[in-house]
Amino acid sequence: METTKDLLRLATVGSVDDGKSTLIGRLLVDTRQLFDDQLDAVQAASEKRGVGDLDLSFVTDGLRAEREQGITIDVAYRYATTPKRKFIIADCPGHIQYTRNMATGASTADLALVVLDVAAGLKEQTRRHLCIAALLGVRSIIVAVNKMDAINWSEEAFRKVENDFASLSQELGFSSSLLIPVSALLGDNVVDASSNTPWYSGPTVLDALDSSNAGAPSSSHEAARLPIQWVLRQPGGGRTYAGMVNGSNFQVGDTVTLLPAGIETTISDIHYGGQDVSEATVGLSADLGLSAETDAGRGDLIASSPLPTVTKELDATICWFGEKPIKSGQRLRIKHTSKSTPVRVASINGLIDIEKLSVSGATSLTTNDIGLATLQTADALVVDDYRVNRVTGSFVLIDEVTNATVAAGMVGRASFL
Amino acid sequence: MTHTHIPSSTDHLDLLESHAIFILREVVAECERPVLLFSGGKDSAVLLHLAVKAFAPQALPFPIMHINTGQNFQEVLDFRDRTAQQIGARLIVANVQDSIDQGKVADPGPMGSRNRLQTVTLLDAINDNKFDAAFGGARRDEDKARAKERILSFRDTFGQWDPKAQRPELWQLYQGKVNTGEHVRAFPLSDWTELDIWQYIEREEMDLPSIYFAHERDVIMRDGMWLAVGEFVEPQAGEVVRRHVVRFRTVGDANCTGAVLSNAATLHDIIEEVTVANVSERGATRADDKFSETAMEDRKREGYF
Repeated sequence: METTKDLLRLATVGSVDDGKSTLIGRLLVDTRQLFDDQLDAVQAASEKRGVGDLDLSFVTDGLRAEREQGITIDVAYRYATTPKRKFIIADCPGHIQYTRNMATGASTADLALVVLDVAAGLKEQTRRHLCIAALLGVRSIIVAVNKMDAINWSEEAFRKVENDFASLSQELGFSSSLLIPVSALLGDNVVDASSNTPWYSGPTVLDALDSSNAGAPSSSHEAARLPIQWVLRQPGGGRTYAGMVNGSNFQVGDTVTLLPAGIETTISDIHYGGQDVSEATVGLSADLGLSAETDAGRGDLIASSPLPTVTKELDATICWFGEKPIKSGQRLRIKHTSKSTPVRVASINGLIDIEKLSVSGATSLTTNDIGLATLQTADALVVDDYRVNRVTGSFVLIDEVTNATVAAGMVGRASFL
Repeated sequence: MTHTHIPSSTDHLDLLESHAIFILREVVAECERPVLLFSGGKDSAVLLHLAVKAFAPQALPFPIMHINTGQNFQEVLDFRDRTAQQIGARLIVANVQDSIDQGKVADPGPMGSRNRLQTVTLLDAINDNKFDAAFGGARRDEDKARAKERILSFRDTFGQWDPKAQRPELWQLYQGKVNTGEHVRAFPLSDWTELDIWQYIEREEMDLPSIYFAHERDVIMRDGMWLAVGEFVEPQAGEVVRRHVVRFRTVGDANCTGAVLSNAATLHDIIEEVTVANVSERGATRADDKFSETAMEDRKREGYF
């Protein structure tokens, strides 16, 4: 049996009631990823709540409150495998008040599976989610144009959505987008090709997911980064610096710079789980030895060229989740890679209008607003623009009293704004 | 490992392993007093194996803790002790019996389930030791409530989980800061499935309790499950003792964990069996999940693993 598979992380995106959870339920049921007892439990729960024989949304909507209200409150993670790959599926909530949870699910996604109701078209909430997904750097999307059964499989209706979607997709800068006419309820074009859409010759949702190259490690010549999490002492007195590799690979002998100190040195040795290796590739938790004697520690960064920026002032895009508005002058804590330091909001530079994809003047942001801000940090941070590197370009803001995570931030500004 | 495995960015087991190691290191760096919850089951065995890798060649920077219901399988207790000794970990054992003796929970009797009582013992042990982070081996594919939980899951001063108000958890910016009396549960195996666990155990040639492998045992059928006859399960009127070749898919208390009829005697056999299974591991073998539609959510809210 083949045990080596690649990994694709995807998140569902779209408005409430357009059928995200039902689609994921259908995908799992039709690929036989669900066990008999899980299916029995979904059937029993459906009957108990009077929603028919089998409410597929109950496959992922597992909380008591979700089933009572018939909505998704928080992200559910589900797993599926095909002979080729393992999928980690984040089924995200559609309601605006749960935007923080949607952002949680989408922040780690390689691909967004957009679900929309063909009759309703591009709702404001769908546009909002697509905008957030684009801001979070998701470049590949697959659009399930759902509830085709309810409009008698009308090609005309599908083409209209396709048309509306094309301009938005282009504006938001998605690198690939594919629209598929489906019925999550009945299963058409989800796993099995439908005979109801003879005018559609493209792949099913499963085929599209299986053949997507969204999760492939980048082949471009990006710079390598390793934010130091922990220092390990090696037998004989040497030290190695542990963290997860991102951007590009590190090899023994590579010239690197330790930041923010700015010490140029070379990689003397690489270890993985106590074993010597010659290379540390993207996504692996390795530990690196450096030729130079340094006092490197947690919060420092090992980088190859082109080097990131060392700064105490950031222009960033932030999604605000706090209950009270964020204003200039406010003090918070920032967590950026493995570094935490106090931060002050120097200014709020605008609010993003999701409908117009433009920035309007604003001096504060309220819950679930997305805006632009300038932040000043106590200690210097080592950052890349988020569009260049999702790890060194991202941060969260933390309330210093409650320790609650109150914002997600991305260094720089999306090109569509 | 006898052969040298070169870790790769395109191998899902390597990526899962690296993600788990990243989480282990991050929590140890951010929290003051972490602990790893070790039941002796396959998931916590994998978790401990990963923890050793994360801090190699140094020693484990935290103790391991077992919540002992007093109704465990002896094979699992033996495995617990030999594993702790092998890696030189400091083992803390918190006994449910002590909670019963102190009058904190009602004694369910020698045959009664102590499953739910564990929560009190667990929360007391976390409190007494001032732990601010507890690693657990829970996986999201196990249960629909676990499927909803963050990798770092915040618990208030009562140890409660509030599924409607979880902290946002973006990218890999795991945030474990808490105030005194609060703690986080950290689940490095969140994205692993049962099959991933078994494939990893095979690849890493890990030791496990013998009851995971097919063996002959006296069992009785109760509530649709094969229970092992022994100290904590005695046949009642009408129950027939049978001798079958069985194995355990999960390891919990002897009186609420069912065996499955199986001839899978090797890791290879088990992987084949898991690949074609049509009943989930908890559905097949755990009475504790069958109390109600949301049994796991209800227990998790109270502070359960």
